[in-house]
Amino acid sequence: MVKRYTKTTVGAHYGTGDWLLQRLTAVVMAAYTILVLVGIVMHRSLGGYAGWKAAFSTTWLRVATMLFVASLLYHAWVGMRDILMDYIKPTAVRLTAEFAVAFVLLFYLVWTASILWGLPSNAVIGGR
Amino acid sequence: MSAAPKTRPKYYDLNLAHLPPPGLVSIFHRVSGALLFFPALPIALYILHVTLGSQEGYDRWAAFLARPAVKLIVILAAWGYAHHFFAGIRYLLLDLHIGIEKAPARASAVAVLVLGFLAALALAVCIW
Repeated sequence: MVKRYTKTTVGAHYGTGDWLLQRLTAVVMAAYTILVLVGIVMHRSLGGYAGWKAAFSTTWLRVATMLFVASLLYHAWVGMRDILMDYIKPTAVRLTAEFAVAFVLLFYLVWTASILWGLPSNAVIGGR
Repeated sequence: MSAAPKTRPKYYDLNLAHLPPPGLVSIFHRVSGALLFFPALPIALYILHVTLGSQEGYDRWAAFLARPAVKLIVILAAWGYAHHFFAGIRYLLLDLHIGIEKAPARASAVAVLVLGFLAALALAVCIW
């Protein structure tokens, strides 16, 4: 098996762990997508605000959505880093962009948790 | 690391119409992935935040999403998501060495392009 977390910076197998996790997170997201689609088709509507709120007050949908978003964020990190590595050659610019992506993704993680677990999120943005 | 690299001629054929189907799937997978990261992801989180936050927020977004121009954007976003979904499944299968011969790889690429379009079309029919 590949030595994944050694400090190799060049050469074979660098990034294999990311490669594998990108695929695992993809499977998690695909499963969630299918579940949600089946749920919507079965209910034939979102049920208005009451139904929408009721759906997201169930623990399983909160946990599933959190897992989906967490997977998405890691997946997006790998994908965006791939894109940045391909197109941005100056190291300083690329690292800055990667830092920005990572920061934003961490922000989304916290944001999602606060949306799903109903901290007084209306006060943050957009609420009326 | 030894000799200085020779300068090689570069010919970039940037005309997408010259790409075979697997190439189209690939570049659309990348473009859709980047667009899903930004702007789709923050917009989706924002909508979730506001619609779960209050009845008024829900009603505001329900009305906004009922506009034809907005529906069009939603359908385009769904197309990007669907393409990324189906292309991703194709890559997972290719990783497992399923369908890696030239003919089936081309056929699956065409299938991905068609399925992504059909998924967007199905959504369009449902919400229009």
